[in-house]
Amino acid sequence: MADTHTSATERLREITVNGRATRTTAATLAGLVVEQGFAEGRVATAVNGDFVAERARAAARLRDGDNVEILSVRQGG
Amino acid sequence: MNQTEPLRPSSQAPAPQPLTFYGETIASRILLGTALYPSPHIMSEAVRASGAGIVTVSLRREQARGRTGQRFLDLIRALSVRLLPNTAGCRTAREAVTTAEMARELLDTDWIKLEVIANDDTLQPDVFGLAEAAEELVKRGFKVFPYMTEDLSVADRLIAAGCRVLMPWGSPIGTGRGLANPQAIKTLRAYYPDVPIVIDAGIGAPSHAAQALEMGCDAVLLNTAVARAQDPVRMAAAFAAAIDAGRSAYEAGLIQPSDRAQPSTPVAGTPFFDLGPDGPGSKPL
Repeated sequence: MADTHTSATERLREITVNGRATRTTAATLAGLVVEQGFAEGRVATAVNGDFVAERARAAARLRDGDNVEILSVRQGG
Repeated sequence: MNQTEPLRPSSQAPAPQPLTFYGETIASRILLGTALYPSPHIMSEAVRASGAGIVTVSLRREQARGRTGQRFLDLIRALSVRLLPNTAGCRTAREAVTTAEMARELLDTDWIKLEVIANDDTLQPDVFGLAEAAEELVKRGFKVFPYMTEDLSVADRLIAAGCRVLMPWGSPIGTGRGLANPQAIKTLRAYYPDVPIVIDAGIGAPSHAAQALEMGCDAVLLNTAVARAQDPVRMAAAFAAAIDAGRSAYEAGLIQPSDRAQPSTPVAGTPFFDLGPDGPGSKPL
């Protein structure tokens, strides 16, 4: 895996998070979860409609235009 | 019969059968939704009053920097019930499969209430997407609880896909109209006597739930009927009583409706019975 601290990863990526246009410096999904403040809670993630398991987030590199869903448990019928 | 002998159940009544979902024995025949209650506290009390052993939950977008999901999860975990996550709001098989995977990771369960919705107005199941998603989810090791129409051909497809529970709607979600097509539910029961049938959606009153259980359905899944009642906790208890009554009635063996009247009072010994219509007993007063 590439070093996430290189300058190439410092550029802003234009992505969508839970339906909102978002600019992020995170290079990976794991970084995005931390950046967005979800590290403390129990969340599940999907990128472009595909499930990404928690253990796979560190290796899931973000690209411009990615559509990320970060979900948690809620009331339901 | 000797008056001091205790009454025993008739030997003809079927022995009470425990309810099992995917090999797990379930104590309660109510599955309760967790949405639409006036407060989290009332929701918790309603779950307790219902005696439900299984409650449904959903997955929704977490708000930025929020811990809403965690707080809700803590509340639900305190109820010590089994969680059945749903795929509510999914419009395609792909969305439903992804949501199911997310739910499995979040809740550490392979149970999933599979919803693929065809139409925003009717909230009816998209039975084609449902069958497609069910096949894929079974392959991935899920134990699928499909929210389906009451159609036998849909049940056939879902059973073939590996579903071992059927959850036909009674009527559209939230309408409270009860069993719109009881004949089709009877047909499902007759064709799949060994598959648990849960009426999911449309139950509005305890009498609807009792009717479903009397027909041999195994359980009901409720949400709006309890959550939107004036007193949800009391209504949850009312449903519990109705479901107990309905199940007991089914196990006790209901009489079959008849086109012909049959006197309940014994005919033998009826006074004036042998005088006939022109006898002295028939004279005008």
